[in-house]
Amino acid sequence: MSVEIGGIGSSVKRKEDARFIRGKGKYVDDVKLPGMLYLDIARSPYAHARIKSIDTSKALKIPGVAAVITGKDLVPLNLHWMPTLMSDKQMVLPTDTVLYQAQEVAAVVATERYIAADGVAAIEVEYEPLPVVVDPKKALEPGAPVLREDREQKNNHIWHWEVGDKAGTDKAFRDAEVVVKQDLYIPRIHVASIETCGIVASWDKVEGKLTVWMTTQAPHAIRTVIALVAGHLGLAEHKIRVISPDIGGGFGGKVPVYPGYVLAIGASVLTGAPVKWIEDRSENIQADSFARDYHISAELAAKKDGTMQALRVKTIADHGAFDAAANPSKYPAGLFHIITGSYPFQKSFVEVDGAYTNKPPGGIAYRCSFRVTEAAFTIERLVDVLALELKKDPAALRMQNFIKPEAFPYKSALGWEYDSGDYGRALKLAMDTIDYAGLRKEQATKRAKGELMGIGISSFTEIVGAGPSKQFDILGIKMFDSAEIRVHPTGKAMVRLGVKSQGQGHETTFAQIVAEELGLPVGDIAVEEGDTDTAPYGLGTYASRSTPVAGGATAIAARKIREKARLIAAHLLEANPDDVEWKDYKFQVKGVPAKTKTMQEVAFAAYTNHPQGMEAGLEAVDYYDPPNLTYPFGSYICVVDIDRGTGEVKIRRFVAVDDCGTIINPMIVEGQIHGGLTMGLAPALYEQITYDEQGNIQGGNFMDYLLPTAMETPNWETAKTTTPSPHHPIGAKGVGESATVGAPAAIANAVVDALAHLGVRHIDIPITPWKVQQILKANGAAE
Amino acid sequence: MAVETAPAKTTTGQKLHRIHVVVNGAAHDVDVEPRTLLVHFLRENLGMTGTHIGCDTTSCGACTVLLNGRAVKSCTLFAVQVDQASIATVEGLEKDGKLHPIQEGFHQEHGLQCGFCTPGMMMTAVGFLATNPAPTELQIREAISGNLCRCTGYVNIVKSIDYAARKLREPAEGKAPDVR
Ligand code: FES
Ligand code: FES
Repeated sequence: MSVEIGGIGSSVKRKEDARFIRGKGKYVDDVKLPGMLYLDIARSPYAHARIKSIDTSKALKIPGVAAVITGKDLVPLNLHWMPTLMSDKQMVLPTDTVLYQAQEVAAVVATERYIAADGVAAIEVEYEPLPVVVDPKKALEPGAPVLREDREQKNNHIWHWEVGDKAGTDKAFRDAEVVVKQDLYIPRIHVASIETCGIVASWDKVEGKLTVWMTTQAPHAIRTVIALVAGHLGLAEHKIRVISPDIGGGFGGKVPVYPGYVLAIGASVLTGAPVKWIEDRSENIQADSFARDYHISAELAAKKDGTMQALRVKTIADHGAFDAAANPSKYPAGLFHIITGSYPFQKSFVEVDGAYTNKPPGGIAYRCSFRVTEAAFTIERLVDVLALELKKDPAALRMQNFIKPEAFPYKSALGWEYDSGDYGRALKLAMDTIDYAGLRKEQATKRAKGELMGIGISSFTEIVGAGPSKQFDILGIKMFDSAEIRVHPTGKAMVRLGVKSQGQGHETTFAQIVAEELGLPVGDIAVEEGDTDTAPYGLGTYASRSTPVAGGATAIAARKIREKARLIAAHLLEANPDDVEWKDYKFQVKGVPAKTKTMQEVAFAAYTNHPQGMEAGLEAVDYYDPPNLTYPFGSYICVVDIDRGTGEVKIRRFVAVDDCGTIINPMIVEGQIHGGLTMGLAPALYEQITYDEQGNIQGGNFMDYLLPTAMETPNWETAKTTTPSPHHPIGAKGVGESATVGAPAAIANAVVDALAHLGVRHIDIPITPWKVQQILKANGAAE
Repeated sequence: MAVETAPAKTTTGQKLHRIHVVVNGAAHDVDVEPRTLLVHFLRENLGMTGTHIGCDTTSCGACTVLLNGRAVKSCTLFAVQVDQASIATVEGLEKDGKLHPIQEGFHQEHGLQCGFCTPGMMMTAVGFLATNPAPTELQIREAISGNLCRCTGYVNIVKSIDYAARKLREPAEGKAPDVR
């Protein structure tokens, strides 16, 4: 590592900060074009209803309203339905039935934002309410109202998916000395990035070119989707430019295609004017992609001595009205089968059934690599249930069972090949940092006095960096990613990537990778992303895939450049290329330290004095197909105190030990962990979206949906171990989501631990003061 | 600098009101609809897009500006309510090419990621530090509890504000803040 160049391992301050701290970021809502119109959306008040009529006449009379669009208007264009990313389809606007509250019903386009809203208020829709199904278990019962009349299959079952050895697992359970079983509901939550979703669509009729500025984490994939969906209207992929400008947080919520985007594009084509759509927060929470909503039943078989043997999991997945999860297409339940976690189960079997309900579509997005949080939460909760059953210390039980460091690469019972890990080291570090033994003593003293204190552990294994092309695609597009590097004659470089930062700091970290590989100072390297006209094709940023996939592409592209540069250096040094080596960020004639050439000198020569017979220039592209996924891991320990009067859970300390392999920028990694932990805290204690019997959303705005503020969020303590990924070009594993995956179980385990002596084995998250108070009251432990 | 804007037309037949407001030291006389929110006035009428919008329930604080020195949520005030008032926004923090200590703090302490909450956070902090120049950690946390950040987990935001507090307390000549 060289601190001077700002290469891998240095806490370089972020380049992107310069504009953000001055209020000069350019987010979608900051784009303003001449003659731009504004689009607003009328939404359904009912969760399930037949549309009898839509009267748009009053809206159209409002001065400034340019157009009103209903489902019927989209039929001739064949735009009333669109494909989801998960082989299902979704209504853009309904022609006769709405399937969830807040579903888009009509769009108004007007000269001003407020007039568009006036237009929405003036639209009159007559509905005939239909029976509502909110419970996915009821949805799957015979005789349940069929929600998706468009499907040939006349029930609400979407798919069944299973993996593992069923017979072997069943036998292991029959023969087991100990079996613990736990039902868990992981509630529906919403990412709620502080910037909502939006688009500015601008159709240039003369050029036949569509330009969109859009809140998307995957601009290239979106371009292809637009070309596929609207190709018949004359939108060709070389004339579609998707720009993902500064993005105010994504966390997966900005991967899917929402009807508002399609409507804005359609409206621009229709009116010939640029059209902007920016959703409100309430629309964002009520209609955009949600996460979780998994009803899990999990069983673990073990020996009496605590040796874990088999795992059996049955799950019902509530996908709402359309399966719009942005999963890799082979995996309808995402990477849920990482559920064996950090333990060497001999046998496992997992099955998931998807169900339609009268709720908004989606089903994945919340800062996690495709259902990994559901998996990690389940196994880490279940291990604690086993510990209680066997009256064993949960730390000792984990230590006893962990996959051993020498077992890597480790093949899991459900088919994954873990790249590297040292789980015991991470847990030991967490225990030492927090003084686990001391805490247990303190807990015993407090318990004797009637005070409620709990200690919770989560030793999770994550799976990120999707993914190898043999297994991973979205809509058929393989999940590679790309980097293009150009080194200019004066030794400054431009890097363009297929991924897209939403706050992760790519402009800094990817420059650091190139700095490390090419020996150029980080300040001389510009990183650009998010413009499909200039950046190479890639699948975008989600599922912690930027560093594992685009990071690999960047390192390899840089190495291609370095290889060419070595030949040029040899030419300049009048040496045999075989005698020229890369040493201390310079080319050097082997054994002759005085004979060196810097990358800057080589870059100049590449344009002014390159060897005859060689192409001029110094640039390279790499499309990186990762050979495997990466498996970050960590051990978290949380200490809680519970107020016996209010039932409030207070996090006293939280130590997070993460291992994400090679770290590019420690400052940024720590920031990612802080943010991830807070998004792990959120569903553990606060966030949840529920629906009443009629499908009315409870918690559809920031008054009712509780994001943690600085008051609820503890002062996170972080530490690290480093176990590089053996297959990644720089050994990095990715870190953006680890903490969101690992934290909820640590918190829930701590609360259960505080109440275990009252016979409590499990509490579904979010663990609200009300839930805790009910338990305390029932056990006569309330104050 | 006074900026005169031609009376805007309203297509909805609403009566326009002329307001006089000083934003970051520059006076503006503008005709606005009575229903125009201050945040839209700043963003749309004045083109100052540094102030953001993150919710519709006065919960997130992304829109925070200073109104006569006090932090307010500009999504919850009408532009007509700030007639004759003085507004400070993120765009006015940097003076003569020199960053405000709060901007420096956010950069040095990695107090921002996506940057969307950042202008509101910084304006809240500036308003707060004017009333409490030497806050404790808990006081800082309380002060920003009306501002949501989804990216950072607040730890580094608290450090950023503490950085600015220490810097602002230094005598005018300025010495380097103690680096923890
Ligand atoms: S936009 Fe003003 S508080 Fe959220
Ligand atoms: S930095 Fe993204 S919301 Fe705060």
